[in-house]
Amino acid sequence: MSSVSTNEIKREFLKSKLGLTGIFILSGLILVSIITISVIPASTFQEWNNPEKWISYPKTSVPSWVNFLTSEKIPEHKIIPGKIFESQKDGIFLTSQQFGVYFDYDDFPSDFIFETKIKYSDSHLVQIKVIRPDGITLELLSTSLPYSEIDTTHSQRYFSTDSMIKKSLNVYKNDFQFELLTSSTDAIFSHLDENKVQKGNYIFMINTYGIDESVDVIESKMILGGKAFGLMGTDELRRDLAIGLLWGTPLALFIGISVSVGSVVVGLIYGVYSGYKGKKTDEAMMRFNDIIYALPALPFLIILAVTISNSIFLMIGFLMIFSWVGIAKVSRSMSLQIKTRQYVEAAKIMGQKDSKIIFRHILPQLLPYAFASIAISVPAAITTEAGLSFLGLGDPSFPTWGQILHDANTYGAAAQGFWWWIVPPGILIAITGLAFVFIGNALDVIVNPKLKR
Amino acid sequence: MFGVLMITLLLTIALVGSNMDTILKQGVIYQVRAEITENTTIAQGFNNPDEFEKFVQQKIDERIKTLGLDNPWYSPQRLGYTMYKILILDFGNATFLTSDSGSSNVGEIIFEKMPKTILLFTTATIIISIIGIVLGAASSNKIGSKLDRITSTFAVISSSFPVWWVGMLMIFVFAFVYQIFPARATPSIEPDDPEYILALLYHMALPVITIVLIGFGAWAYLVRNFMVGIMQEDFITAKKTIGISKNKIVYSHALRNAAPPIVTILALSLSGSLGGAIITEAVFDWPGMGRLYFEAINVMDLPVIIGSTYILTVLFLVSIFIADLLYGYFDPRVRTSS
Repeated sequence: MSSVSTNEIKREFLKSKLGLTGIFILSGLILVSIITISVIPASTFQEWNNPEKWISYPKTSVPSWVNFLTSEKIPEHKIIPGKIFESQKDGIFLTSQQFGVYFDYDDFPSDFIFETKIKYSDSHLVQIKVIRPDGITLELLSTSLPYSEIDTTHSQRYFSTDSMIKKSLNVYKNDFQFELLTSSTDAIFSHLDENKVQKGNYIFMINTYGIDESVDVIESKMILGGKAFGLMGTDELRRDLAIGLLWGTPLALFIGISVSVGSVVVGLIYGVYSGYKGKKTDEAMMRFNDIIYALPALPFLIILAVTISNSIFLMIGFLMIFSWVGIAKVSRSMSLQIKTRQYVEAAKIMGQKDSKIIFRHILPQLLPYAFASIAISVPAAITTEAGLSFLGLGDPSFPTWGQILHDANTYGAAAQGFWWWIVPPGILIAITGLAFVFIGNALDVIVNPKLKR
Repeated sequence: MFGVLMITLLLTIALVGSNMDTILKQGVIYQVRAEITENTTIAQGFNNPDEFEKFVQQKIDERIKTLGLDNPWYSPQRLGYTMYKILILDFGNATFLTSDSGSSNVGEIIFEKMPKTILLFTTATIIISIIGIVLGAASSNKIGSKLDRITSTFAVISSSFPVWWVGMLMIFVFAFVYQIFPARATPSIEPDDPEYILALLYHMALPVITIVLIGFGAWAYLVRNFMVGIMQEDFITAKKTIGISKNKIVYSHALRNAAPPIVTILALSLSGSLGGAIITEAVFDWPGMGRLYFEAINVMDLPVIIGSTYILTVLFLVSIFIADLLYGYFDPRVRTSS
């Protein structure tokens, strides 16, 4: 059973296709984690639950690669930086922030927002216009900046959902051959004769007029709210799912590996000690083992999470409590066999300490088994943690895959058909699990030759 | 076994005890204040507010004492009393949740939900084990065949998907994209309607399909491995040499010998699935104990939590016990040795 040397394991393992596949997937996942940790700033996941951070993202938009698969092009979410032009005529200074966009999608954008930050004094007039591909200029908004005597910095957001825009569009209602009932974006981006998207170049302008005084534009951008965004799309709270999924990878690996390593180490030492000592110690320790074994794990995990804390580190500890039991049982029976071997007895007669015998002579024999069981118990840890998070008991400060699914469930993603919100986290959970199952099975076959056929 | 039950109970009470005390005390304070403010004559009898406050506090203390709440939850008499009450299945009244018939007695709530959980998971487990045994035996019959390879691959892949996630996908596909099954597993008609059972079965279909889909692969794989072990035994080789057909050997002789471990694992997996029921039922909104547990956790309804943990543990232990008994029944070697 335990006469397999490390080299032999390595050689056998390299022969097993399954094991190599597992290693391959796992190294891919580790690579993703390393890239995530080093490239994406940690502030993104700390602000995962901060809605303000995600305000300029679109709501529940599909991943943008969907456009490659469908013939109808879904408008992508775009953030367009403004270009600034200044001119002067008869003492009137005109500062124009212009946003050009080539729009060739088959659906209307959901909305658009102008975000500007300007420094000015005195009073200024603001006019928002759009020049459409068919040459028509629509005036969207006329307003003024609040009067100020000294230089002030002023941030302003203009929303396409503003009722003022709708009113000013009403001026053109005779030009449109259909009724302007729906949102203003549907009219702005539409043909005149029918309510269909007009493709081409649009130029949006925010013109600021001032007498003897120009304004300094500090920040200027236009957010064209599309229905497709990024690699993985966004959720109901406008969060970029790609970031959540990427951060979920190192978290899941961390949870899975630390739980399984912890429980295997505890189980091994517990079982070996119990088997080695024998007699009453063994009896008492195994009864305790039975008690833990008979506890229903999930209800207890839930109670622990609710009453004590749902911090991710404590959760790892709780998961360990319930997962070392089986390993302790097996390693006990293995140590019962090993302790009858002559070299162990010789060591005993030589007067070596119990701890030394256990750590020097018995435990190394169990190492191959330990590695196999570490690999096999990782998926269970990951799924259990995901399950707890899914019930809403996860650590809210970390975006795990389980939590993404929890949010998906609370916002009824299945009912509304947001597949990109449901499918990727589950597949990632399964792939991570599979990698470890492959490695574990390959190791298992080597360690227990009985399974070979 | 009884000891395990008691320890479970003790742990549960220990974990929720202090919270329960705070909630109960707050309840008492609220109640006393409400009683006093309703009765205006008492308030008029005092001329300064401090004295009135003192009187209210005194009343609250009195009430807490009569209810025995002045002792901490771990004091022997309170602990003993709580344990005794739970043992005789008197879980008290739920704080928020009620049964469908409107009763807030925890025992009634649990016993109303339990049959549904048992119905769902027993049906699923029976289907899983039938498919698993047939498939497992068939693939052990021809090791390395296409069927065998597909079964093994499917077993590994299916078991790494969380059941609840597949549940969400199934709801998405079969309840919204193709509207075959209802999305919520709770029937909308009243329980005393004669068509209720039919509706319940219809609503049960999607959860059962999901559980079976995830479960049967692993089962078939397990059965196959047992069978492979048995097929290498001497008595099978002997039967082969006599000339009994291979199919007969596989399906009658070998399968009978693989029965004890299979039955044991069947009983254990049934009890294990009860724990997993919490998440599965939450996804499908199946009106069973799992969902009850989930709801109770959400609103921190402590009597319900304690009661259902207790019942779940009892069910778990009973099934371990039954598994032991069955093992002895199928495998006489265990009986004689002990």
